[in-house]
Amino acid sequence: MLDTLSTIYATLDATLRVSTPLILCAMAGLFSERSGIVDISLEGKMLSAAFAAGSVAAVTGSAWLGLLVAILVSIVLGLVHGFACITHRGNQVVSGLAINILASGLTVVLGIAWFKQGGQTPSLESSARFMPMELPLASTLSDVPIIGRFYAEVISGHSVLVYIALLSVLLTWWVVYRTRFGLRLRAVGENPLAVDTAGLSVSGLRYAAVAICGGLCGIAGAYLAISQNASFVREMTAGQGYIALAALIFGKWRPLPALLACLMFGFLDAVAIRLQGVELPYIGEVPVQLIQALPYVLTVVLLAGFIGRAIAPRAIGTPFVKER
Amino acid sequence: MNTTNIELPAWIEVVVIPILNIIMALFFAGLIMLAIGVNPVEAVGIMLNGAFGYQEGLGYTLYYTTNFIFTGLAVAVAFHANLFNIGGEGQAYIGGLGVGLVFLALDSVLPPILLIPIGIAAAALFGAAWAFIPGWLQAYRGSHVVITTIMFNFIASALMVYLLVNVLIKPGQMSPESRYFAEAAWLPRMHEFFGLFGVSITKTPLNMSFVLALICCVLVWIYIWRTRWGYDLRTAGFSESAAVYAGIKPKRVVVSAMCISGALAGMVAVNEIMGVHHRLIMNFPAGYGFTGIAVALMGRNHPVGIIMASLLFGVLYQGGAELAFEIPKITREMVVAVQGLIILFSGALALMLRPWVVRLYLLVRPVREVSA
Repeated sequence: MLDTLSTIYATLDATLRVSTPLILCAMAGLFSERSGIVDISLEGKMLSAAFAAGSVAAVTGSAWLGLLVAILVSIVLGLVHGFACITHRGNQVVSGLAINILASGLTVVLGIAWFKQGGQTPSLESSARFMPMELPLASTLSDVPIIGRFYAEVISGHSVLVYIALLSVLLTWWVVYRTRFGLRLRAVGENPLAVDTAGLSVSGLRYAAVAICGGLCGIAGAYLAISQNASFVREMTAGQGYIALAALIFGKWRPLPALLACLMFGFLDAVAIRLQGVELPYIGEVPVQLIQALPYVLTVVLLAGFIGRAIAPRAIGTPFVKER
Repeated sequence: MNTTNIELPAWIEVVVIPILNIIMALFFAGLIMLAIGVNPVEAVGIMLNGAFGYQEGLGYTLYYTTNFIFTGLAVAVAFHANLFNIGGEGQAYIGGLGVGLVFLALDSVLPPILLIPIGIAAAALFGAAWAFIPGWLQAYRGSHVVITTIMFNFIASALMVYLLVNVLIKPGQMSPESRYFAEAAWLPRMHEFFGLFGVSITKTPLNMSFVLALICCVLVWIYIWRTRWGYDLRTAGFSESAAVYAGIKPKRVVVSAMCISGALAGMVAVNEIMGVHHRLIMNFPAGYGFTGIAVALMGRNHPVGIIMASLLFGVLYQGGAELAFEIPKITREMVVAVQGLIILFSGALALMLRPWVVRLYLLVRPVREVSA
């Protein structure tokens, strides 16, 4: 019994760790897509940010500087996406894809040229990383059964970026649903003409959205390279940007459901690692690949309308033409 | 000045602007090379020599070109129906599964004359099947093909890993790949084919699928511009409501366009699995599906443009490999970065330079046209 409980706690703990980049990227995508800009470049922005964070932290020895540069790099890529999609009304999917492919190539090229370690950045000392931190009272409460242990073993003991990710969900919800900017953001994704008629700048709002999106992807990338791991590794995002996009769709473009989708996908990932080579009673060994593919399968099933309906922001993917 | 409504002569739209876009992309690629301390001019020299300078290089260039023609055509056919098929990667992978299953079952039974057409058909059929589902879901369930094909790439990858690790792996072997097919199932290499006529050329991976790719170009051209199905395809892609008035069923067009697109992407397996590897291996599409998007964008979705764009990417791949060999600072991923730049400038920013070109054109245009 005790053993089962610690297994459950360990799995939930891992869930939170692997969900963090998904949560940040899903919130990032939410800002962009709610403003009407399709963003499949979460992956590329996160990868570039991870590389920037790994490089800067390795050179300067400062995790915070790494985080800052990661955010800046990712914002710049977000603005490139905006420049193509908003200013030049280019195809948003093509632009996103270009950023993903560019990031995938450039991070390795620069990594090898600068650090000569096969595309990896130098391993970081723990002083140059965001290390796990114990929340107040964690050790005191750990003796309290169930809840105290849950607090100590699952909630406590993560790096600051994990808590930032969780906070970002609340913040996103507040900004999108409780501020004037959020109202305008949602309006510009549903009916940009109305926003334009009200005398607001559609481009301005959308640029703000892609910049926020970039910033959040930047934090996600930094988390991968200088918190969860001790260096940047080539292709380290490994499709998580796409999983986050799937989670965003799964959460029907709303912050709290998207958070739950991220946690569910993260949980699947954590379980997949744990189930590797384990024979389950009655079922036998579950193929890891099946569990890994499950987020994608579920998203396809959801989009096909077999479990509820996911309705995208109405103006998504269509460039706004002000002058006729 | 709003320049979007000013018409330009076709040769400027189809030739000058695309070339300017590529020059922009290559300019930024040059900047990246400068940033890592490599002389871009020297690099281009090495690449061109590596791609064309000797027979083996040329063979590799055309071998890569073959893949890009298939995936470029795949993306282009879908584009004409206003569909964005990002799933070429997964469709190629599943096409390989088709080839693998058929050959593992039949390669000791049938003669080459039957095996090879069956293999090609299997590649096309499996690729088409993998594209059919996203197409059907878009047409009849309203889910967007972009998202579903992205998801299907990952699902294909997971499925293939599972099958190769657990089912199709050659028993008693560590690396996840199938056994070699019997030689009867190997697609003849180009040097073997030329050897039949007594012409000796260097041995390279280039095989008969290159000819198949060129045939596909002709067939796609006929299909899109010379048949009523192609007319349906273009009409539905241009305006769904107009298509309905013309008695075309857009849903069927969506499904059939995706199937043809998937079949073309699946043909990558003909080159890779039947022509080169002769066994089913992990991750053989290696990004060719994504490159197809760049190829289609550069080639303006026309078979002739696609052949030229494929050749350019063939040069980039083969020349890039040569470059990585000659200059240790540069790795093969440089080609991936260049590819990203080309997709950005030829695709998303395709119209960035147009206003400038229009202004320049208005300046130098003959006077009588202004008064007209």
